[in-house]
Amino acid sequence: MKYAYYPGCSLDATGVEFDTSNKLVAKKMGVDLVEIPDWNCCGASSAHAVNHMLALALPARNLAIAEAEGFDTVAIPCAACFARCKTTAAEAQSSPETKAEISDIIGMDYQANIEILSFLDVLGKKIGLDNIKAHVIKPLTGLKVASYYGCLLVRPPKIAQSDDPENPMVMDNIMAVLGADPVEWGYKTECCGASHVVPVPKIGQQMIHDILKNAQINGAQAIATACPLCMINLDMRQKQLNVQLGTNFNMPVFHFTELVALSFGYSPKEIGIHKHFVPAESLVEDALSTGARREGA
Amino acid sequence: MEKVRLPSISRDNHQEIQRLAKKAGMDLNKCYQCGKCSAGCPVGFAMDESPRRVIRLLQLGLLDEALKTHSIWLCATCDTCSTRCPNGIPVAVLMDTLRQEAKRRSIITEKNINLFNEIFLSNVKMFGRSPEVILSGLYNLRSGNLFQDADAGSHLFKTGKAHILPSRVKNTQAIKRIFAKCLEKGGQH
Amino acid sequence: MKRIGVFICHCGSNIAATVDCAKVAEAAKAFPGVFFSSDYKYMCSEPGQEFIKDSIKKYDLNAIVVASCTPRMHEHTFRKTLANGGLNPYMFEMTNLREQCSWVHSDIEKATDKAIDLVRMSVAKVAKNEELFSTTIPVHKKALVIGAGIAGMQAALDIADAGHKVVLVDREPTIGGKMPMLDKTFPTMDCSACISTPKMVEVAQHPNIELMAYSEVIEVNGFIGNFDVKIKTKAKYVDHVKCTGCGLCETKCPKKVPNEYDLGMGLRSCIYKPFPQAVPNKPVIDAQNCLKLTSGKCGVCARVCPTGAVRYDDTESFITDTFGAIVMATGYDLYKWEDVYGEYGYGKYPDVVTGLHFERMVNASGPTGGKIKRPSDGTTPKTVVFIKCVGSRDSAKAKSYCSRACCMYTAKHAHQFVDKTPEGNAYVFYMDVRTPGKAYDEFYESTLRDGAVYLRGRVSKIYQDGGKLIVKGEDSLIGKQVEVAADMVVLATAMVPSAGSRELAQAVGFLPDLNGWYQEAHPKLRPVETPTAGVFLAGTCQGPKDIPDSVAQAGAAAVKVCGLLSKSELETNPMTARTNTTVCSGCGICVSVCPYKAIQLQSITERDHHGHRITRNVASVNNGLCQGCGACTVTCRPGAIDLQGFKNDQILEEVDSLWT
Repeated sequence: MKYAYYPGCSLDATGVEFDTSNKLVAKKMGVDLVEIPDWNCCGASSAHAVNHMLALALPARNLAIAEAEGFDTVAIPCAACFARCKTTAAEAQSSPETKAEISDIIGMDYQANIEILSFLDVLGKKIGLDNIKAHVIKPLTGLKVASYYGCLLVRPPKIAQSDDPENPMVMDNIMAVLGADPVEWGYKTECCGASHVVPVPKIGQQMIHDILKNAQINGAQAIATACPLCMINLDMRQKQLNVQLGTNFNMPVFHFTELVALSFGYSPKEIGIHKHFVPAESLVEDALSTGARREGA
Repeated sequence: MEKVRLPSISRDNHQEIQRLAKKAGMDLNKCYQCGKCSAGCPVGFAMDESPRRVIRLLQLGLLDEALKTHSIWLCATCDTCSTRCPNGIPVAVLMDTLRQEAKRRSIITEKNINLFNEIFLSNVKMFGRSPEVILSGLYNLRSGNLFQDADAGSHLFKTGKAHILPSRVKNTQAIKRIFAKCLEKGGQH
Repeated sequence: MKRIGVFICHCGSNIAATVDCAKVAEAAKAFPGVFFSSDYKYMCSEPGQEFIKDSIKKYDLNAIVVASCTPRMHEHTFRKTLANGGLNPYMFEMTNLREQCSWVHSDIEKATDKAIDLVRMSVAKVAKNEELFSTTIPVHKKALVIGAGIAGMQAALDIADAGHKVVLVDREPTIGGKMPMLDKTFPTMDCSACISTPKMVEVAQHPNIELMAYSEVIEVNGFIGNFDVKIKTKAKYVDHVKCTGCGLCETKCPKKVPNEYDLGMGLRSCIYKPFPQAVPNKPVIDAQNCLKLTSGKCGVCARVCPTGAVRYDDTESFITDTFGAIVMATGYDLYKWEDVYGEYGYGKYPDVVTGLHFERMVNASGPTGGKIKRPSDGTTPKTVVFIKCVGSRDSAKAKSYCSRACCMYTAKHAHQFVDKTPEGNAYVFYMDVRTPGKAYDEFYESTLRDGAVYLRGRVSKIYQDGGKLIVKGEDSLIGKQVEVAADMVVLATAMVPSAGSRELAQAVGFLPDLNGWYQEAHPKLRPVETPTAGVFLAGTCQGPKDIPDSVAQAGAAAVKVCGLLSKSELETNPMTARTNTTVCSGCGICVSVCPYKAIQLQSITERDHHGHRITRNVASVNNGLCQGCGACTVTCRPGAIDLQGFKNDQILEEVDSLWT
């Protein structure tokens, strides 16, 4: 399988572990990820807050490049990039006028026919649970993990067409085949506030807090995410939250592919677990050793 | 609390409101004010008018009030509202549309959110990408919160998750062209 | 020779506002065969009809055209007028100048031109009308009521009390429907079982009612006055004649399964009566779960039965009978909210239940002995949230209609909860409170006085937080988000047509509406009839409603049935198909095309051109079955079969008249 890869602006920075683990997992599964040459920012939330056509044109350029390069499918790790690309494709597919307008703005012929996948789609639908299970050599036994999907990967349902918008299960199922213990909790798809934590910190913090709290109440030891912004909100901001709101969260947060990579036998160092804000190495060690013990016995 | 005089206020604003509703792809008459959108809004706790009330303002013709709300800026476009609306109304898209219109009229109720968006987009215009360090750096500078997130800064640099020099697109011309053409068609940037 | 009279009706301003009636009447004078033409304000009124009759006499008219509203409204009226005026009622044509002209156009000149053309066509057709004579069909004085809930039982009792025989069929092992499942009924708070079980017993004992429980209607043929129906009685595995209903078998049965009557909250044995006051008060065996019937083991019930009534070798049985009228009273089911409302948990939270679950709980003979308990851990909930409009008024995901009874029963539930739970908190999330009946609003007000808190806003999400259910809503009256930490949530789910109702309707020969509810003949004026003559409706099968309305409708349906059964014969519609045997080649295509199975091939003997006697097949139409749809006339290649009143010749005259 050969997919175009659209990393987005955070994957070489705050989301670098996501990039690393995606590539490690892809390699093991025989998936060739080819970065879209000279890709640009999708515009994220800022573009659609300000100008409708800009919000369609920015993602479209990347999709048009991938199409021109002959790719049938593009895999997109960031939920915002995924949502913007899917929205652009949907609008272009439903209106030839819009497609023509977009093509005119980007100066390229945009076909709007490339398949757009999130990494949950790639692992859940394309690679499949059985395949993933077959490659697990170090199960994360007993790790109580809350699968956090966030908003843009599953909504709007007609555009994302990825999983059930109220009770998605793809990540939970992946966690289960890795040997972990997916936790039942109520905030699977609640928004983390995205970039709000920068311009309106109190509001962003409250939203992040509610997610961490619900995961904690439901017995989670860790949270798995599928969006780099969700991940740094929950990880990087945890300490700030503790200071501002007087809480004492100490909940490691992972990109879900980090957990997959760990179970595939890659070392925490290779993946970059040490780069997390909330220390996660000892939790990982515990889970892997429990797994090893159970396997051995 | 000011009185709402009908039908005069709704007559005056009728065309403009209909134009905005059409742009958002919705029929204002379909909303029966059930409140499900507001009930599930994750930012609802911080809004001055719930999403339902924003629609109500438009239904009664109170366009200016709607454009002056903090709500339309605080909306995180998480789409919980639209997904659960029993009448299939794209509430989140309406919020976006109103935010774009408010900006067009220079009614900026949440200055910092607007600032953040402006910096983000000018970075994209310049580099083709949005480099995080430059974004937070410029934001801190221009918002006057010089030391916001400074605590996180050192860990980011130590682990190589922050770069001083931005990664950029080679074909910056293409990006500038996109911005120019979109400005041509109306709207900011 | 035809002497045609043309009457143009103003219908007040309905037609006259858009069509120049005087001009049309004037134009009609020039049409071939017209000896009199006039306009009038209200043709259907008494003076209007007198005018027609007088004109018939005065001008010796023998064919009439009335240009007015739709034939569906007054064709019958004017045919009677002709009959009273001494003419055959079928020497009549009606032009629709209202629904097909004045009501759909606004340009007066064009509408008037169109009206003139329409009248021209009618005049051309009526010139070819022949006198038609209806025949009669017998009416079997027996009614079939399908469904024995409160509506079915009431209809059956009313018909039986009037002196007619009724067969009452229900597919469950007991009759009664949903009503005995309820605890109390609004607004009087009568005990539901106390008022419905006497009716059940009355039905079982009534000399004119033959009760067929555990039975289903599987085939219906025929037509009004003569419905041939095949009914299947499922295998009960218990001889109900020998069985005394002592209940010993139930106590000894070793296998328990979730009880449907308690919506899975309680258990029953495999040989069971759905509830203690079941009618018939005799058990049946659940063949899917019975150990003896599935694997040959056990057999305890047969051994302990003092009268030897258990029959493991029982089979289903069939009877066929003929009925004059059928009443549909098949009731409702509740919307499967678990399939669609992920925001409320898709059914995975045991403490999120429906209103019907609540009824079973609060019912003293229910699975919790009348105590309101959390299904998850059996504790008493202190804070209960009631959510209305689940599955209704939701055109995005579920049903767009209002389910009518939920506002009242939710007020009832809130009241019952607060009543039974000292220091209990009841919160009702609502969009509206609909209390249109007698003493209904006062009932709702008293629930508010009891302390139930009504929050105006639809709930966005329910999730679990430790042992509590967090309900996220909005109170739109103060404009704030409201979160309730609840112990239990009761959803008022929409009523939907009961399972299998669509297939049953097709078998009986009528159609449900877009939402699956049985379609009434006219939403305002004919609420208990269907467009299929002889088939009537009662109860929620026609649409969501409460008990008083169901009972009222059942009485109405019963009266219609009695009206029908009071006749020994019915006049048939003479506009049926007729074969010209000389032209008929006996190909039989019309036989296969007829939706009413009204045509058969019959052999006739005649002399051919050479004088030889030959025998051949020709199509023969049963006038009682034929509904005059005309499908056969379209398929007939030699044009041998023709529809009286709508002959090919008549229709072609209409078309040709437009070109003269």
